[in-house]
Amino acid sequence: MKAATPNRGASAAATVREWNSTYRPVDKVKNVLWVIARSFLLFGICFIIIYPILSKLSIAFKDRGDIFDSTIVWIPRHFTMDNIYKAIELLDYFEAVTNTFILSAGTAVLQVISCALAGYGFARLKFKGSGIVFALVVFTIVIPPQTIMAPTYLHFRFFDVFGLYGLFTGKPGVNLLESYWPFFISSATAMGMKNGLYIYIFRQFFRGLPKELEEAAYVDGAGILKSFFKVMLPNAIPAMATVALFSFVWQWNDDYFTNLYMANSVVLSKMLYILPSNLLAIRDEYSYVSLLINTATLLAIAPIFLLYLFAQRYFVESVERTGLVG
Amino acid sequence: MAKKRLLSLERKKSVYGVLFISPWIIGFLLLMAVPLYQSIRFSFSELTINASGYSLEYVGWANFNKAFFVDTWFNRSLTEAVTKMLLNVPLIIFFSLFTATLLSQKFRGRMLTRSIIFLPVVMASGVIAGLDGSNYLASMMGEAANDMEGNYTGLSGFDLIPFLLDAGMSRSIVFYFAEAVDRIYQIVTSSGVQILIFLAGIQSISPSLYEASKMEGATGYESFWKITFPMMTPLILTNTVYSIVDSFYKNNVTNYIKDIAFRQLNFGLSSAMSWAYFVLISIILLISTTIISKRVFYYD
Repeated sequence: MKAATPNRGASAAATVREWNSTYRPVDKVKNVLWVIARSFLLFGICFIIIYPILSKLSIAFKDRGDIFDSTIVWIPRHFTMDNIYKAIELLDYFEAVTNTFILSAGTAVLQVISCALAGYGFARLKFKGSGIVFALVVFTIVIPPQTIMAPTYLHFRFFDVFGLYGLFTGKPGVNLLESYWPFFISSATAMGMKNGLYIYIFRQFFRGLPKELEEAAYVDGAGILKSFFKVMLPNAIPAMATVALFSFVWQWNDDYFTNLYMANSVVLSKMLYILPSNLLAIRDEYSYVSLLINTATLLAIAPIFLLYLFAQRYFVESVERTGLVG
Repeated sequence: MAKKRLLSLERKKSVYGVLFISPWIIGFLLLMAVPLYQSIRFSFSELTINASGYSLEYVGWANFNKAFFVDTWFNRSLTEAVTKMLLNVPLIIFFSLFTATLLSQKFRGRMLTRSIIFLPVVMASGVIAGLDGSNYLASMMGEAANDMEGNYTGLSGFDLIPFLLDAGMSRSIVFYFAEAVDRIYQIVTSSGVQILIFLAGIQSISPSLYEASKMEGATGYESFWKITFPMMTPLILTNTVYSIVDSFYKNNVTNYIKDIAFRQLNFGLSSAMSWAYFVLISIILLISTTIISKRVFYYD
């Protein structure tokens, strides 16, 4: 009897072990708990991001009386489109959107071209001192735009390429303010907003592409230009999409440079900027002003939101392949 | 023969290299180097605009003197900006690494979650964030919502603080995290690009490393600290630099500098302030990068 017990105990333990290794209850519970915790966390993060947009959307359709009614949380009782019509009128919405679109699309295209060229140059076409020049690119990321703000402003006020224009005409230079030219010039020369970052992205991306691609092109008799345009660029579409989206969106949202160079033009960020004071001039009532500011903000981000809705799938996928990293 | 051809290709490459970068070089000289030089000159002078451009009058260190010792707002907003940065950047780095790790795992609805989390990259910047901050209605409704939560659930941050203090945690740590909870929206919205960078980095780690560690019996927690974290250290450096630069890109100081230039039309003082600001940012970047880069692990 006494001899049999440890034996039976051992066999029972073996059965338990076997059961454990086939069903793995501890691992399963751990896994389920982790999935619950993860979903909880991710849902929380998403909620934080989505909540302000949803609340804006709900407020946009509310009547003025509904704001102070504490029984109304999400769905307005007096559904109204008045806020939206009023905001469209005050923002000069359609003209502002068209102008902002021209501005953003133009800068995006120019920046993609100039930054892709520079990025490829830094990644593959090494020349003497290219490391130092790249350090200067990083330097342009770090330097705050305020440091060169005043001279750049005056530069575009009296625009002149190294004094050549003044030499030939005797005038102090062309006034480029209130036009798209300050943006287009700085984009074409890869000096626009955050362009150092874009050059960095392109450089990392081109460095990540296999060298054999180019070598095969060279062996087949293609020159450097041809191999760049026919082989490297088609492979760089994910990076180009990422940079194009960044530069379009950040230009759209930018108010710093826009209010600096185009202080009196009808562009979206400018109209939003002056909206509060314009509204207060019409009606001196804070809740109404806030209601319309809310609607106007929603209208301003609506095109970007729609663009993202269509582009996000491609964008998120491209991030995985872009290899934003070193 | 073959060697000569190789050499000529190399030379050709370097010529084309300069050619490819030439737009940037022109831009750098025209829109960066010249303005930088001019901005230094402005900061030591008094600038007056007249019909034929502008004229400068040398005044020495007077502008810097004015910025630091006469102006009442500059010092204050500068310290405020630096404190804000010091508080936020560690949290942003931690949060974005954490979120990127979560997002790199496979689960249902991953695409949707990712696109929502990257939404702040395209949304929260510039004038919109500014308007939101000053929006009377939004803040009023936010307060109302806070009150409701505080009344009905008893789970608001304010009740947690005394509890943690009673539990014997250090006062400063408790308040740091309590404030972090209050600023969670700010932190989430300003870590979009960082999550992007971390996510791309995590996905470029070879899966064979994880398989090997799993064979050796490492748990997910261990493999995070022994594989993911060391491989991410170069990106932590990149992201720290990005977050610091980003946090100094637009704040009260920059608005103030802009106001001085374009409202008061005092370009000299504004240039002096912006140079002081730039030097301060450079020092902070230098210190933080030297601290971090000592601990960075490079795989190859």
